[in-house]
Amino acid sequence: MPIDIDIAHVAKLARIELSEQDMASYRAQLGVILDHAAKVQALPTEGVQPTSHPLDMVNAFRDDVVTPSLDRDEVLSQAPDATDGFFRVPPSLDNE
Amino acid sequence: MTELSQLTLVEAAAALRTGECTSVALTESVLDRASLTEASVHAYLTIDRQGAMAAAEASDRRIAAEKPIGPLDGLPIALKDNMMTKGIETTASSKILSGYIPPYDGTVVKLLREAGAVFVGKTNLDEFAMGSSTENSAYGPTRNPWNLDTVPGGSSGGSAAAVAAGSALAGLGSDTGGSIRQPAALCGLVGMKPTYGLVSRYGLIAFASSLDQIGPLTRSVQDAAILYEAIAGHDPHDATSFPGPAPSGTERLGAGVEGLRVGVVNELSGEGIDDEVLVAFRTTIDRLANAGAEVVDLSLPSTATALSAYYLIAPAECSANLARFDGVRYGLRVDGSTVDEMMSLTRAEGFGSEVIRRILLGTYALSAGYYDAFYGQAQRVRTLIIQEFATAYEQVDVLVSPTAPAPAFELGAKTQDPLSMYMQDICTIPSNLSGHPAMSVPVGLSASGLPIGFQVMAPALGETVMFQVAAAIEALSDDIGRPVLEVVAS
Repeated sequence: MPIDIDIAHVAKLARIELSEQDMASYRAQLGVILDHAAKVQALPTEGVQPTSHPLDMVNAFRDDVVTPSLDRDEVLSQAPDATDGFFRVPPSLDNE
Repeated sequence: MTELSQLTLVEAAAALRTGECTSVALTESVLDRASLTEASVHAYLTIDRQGAMAAAEASDRRIAAEKPIGPLDGLPIALKDNMMTKGIETTASSKILSGYIPPYDGTVVKLLREAGAVFVGKTNLDEFAMGSSTENSAYGPTRNPWNLDTVPGGSSGGSAAAVAAGSALAGLGSDTGGSIRQPAALCGLVGMKPTYGLVSRYGLIAFASSLDQIGPLTRSVQDAAILYEAIAGHDPHDATSFPGPAPSGTERLGAGVEGLRVGVVNELSGEGIDDEVLVAFRTTIDRLANAGAEVVDLSLPSTATALSAYYLIAPAECSANLARFDGVRYGLRVDGSTVDEMMSLTRAEGFGSEVIRRILLGTYALSAGYYDAFYGQAQRVRTLIIQEFATAYEQVDVLVSPTAPAPAFELGAKTQDPLSMYMQDICTIPSNLSGHPAMSVPVGLSASGLPIGFQVMAPALGETVMFQVAAAIEALSDDIGRPVLEVVAS
């Protein structure tokens, strides 16, 4: 049986506004995909370390040297709304 | 002389050196070709005619002044549109990045620019590289030059179609689960994914950071080796970049396969693979054996679980990476009364359905209570796959399988069933999970005239032997030629 997920909660976590109809369709599709993906749970992995970087290496940090960063105005020119050197967004809180 | 737009990189570079042609002539040739083919193929999202001609003229001046030039100087190349190009629109085929002009070049773009390459333009892809057909583009699908009713594969389908159609001599793609190798197979090209960490991801719009790797799509193995060498190397801007020297791609081309041990991966070479693909695969194996390779059958049982692990790991990483597209710093914004509402409306409007599907899948797999059962377990399975590969490479020099389970399929054939689309990558995904290099070489045509690819996989940093075997396969296979494309002047 396909895995049943709380799609409204997941969509909220992902910050994607979905219609009821879209939610029903994604819920069904994700159930089938997760059912397939859950096959990983059948493999015995006790004592196996998870892999994040496929090569046996850790972060390759660069030297801590100050270099020029991107031009501020050029970067801000791509923003949907910018003012006085800042990105501008709607209020974070709903003020009634 | 062959039509300039149909030359390999090596042939074109030689023609430039002898004065048989100029970079301007080469560039005009691919641009003219694009003006004939684009109406039906739609390989490009942006063609930068002005920038390309300026780069070509600069190259011709270097050649005229007898300055030392590298192997890519003056050669027209296509870039997948998920690579940042300063001053040229970069969208990753998403509506959420429509009109976005990057303020910097990605490292591979910078390296190729410095090498004198000419950028024809930015090619179409499945949105944010998520897909296997290039149908998931917000700007319409790309078609396969071998048969316009079929897909070019994906996600690097635009670069593959451009090279196959003659609107670039070579292209760059990115490969997270097979996105270079599968379109190479479907478009009759050589496509190569380097060892994870060898090519910088700086300036590549991230899909799944622990899997993504940039690589070449070309008309020959030697071209792929040259382009790979031009983009490989440590980059201080990428903390996952391998700090040592990159292995040579060209060193053992032409050395043959005498005495090399070639392992056939049973799990990837039988069930689920189309008959014609299997016949072409077996024929190639026989040719390798006749050429002196020792062929052994091997079982890597964990690879059968690779697809499942991939569809937890890749969406999990994508859901984190794509959090940056929130209507604040770049791209689309849909107004809302609060920042939360603005973000939720922007993302719903800006992302296509496959991207939303994967973000939701990844968000779920990483959410409280499920992390260890899904993402954690998938990362442990990944370790098992790496261990199995390591054991296999104690017995063989390279592993082989078909690249894609079947030749190109028709547009629309798999768009309603995500899982059937995901199955396109069953043979290619294990090398992304293990981080090992792998490449596809064309080995024949199906009865209906569609290309079939053969995959060569090698251990980490095993590029040299991988290219050696791939070059031998190319030499042993019948030349499939170039697609015959009916074009009309637009």
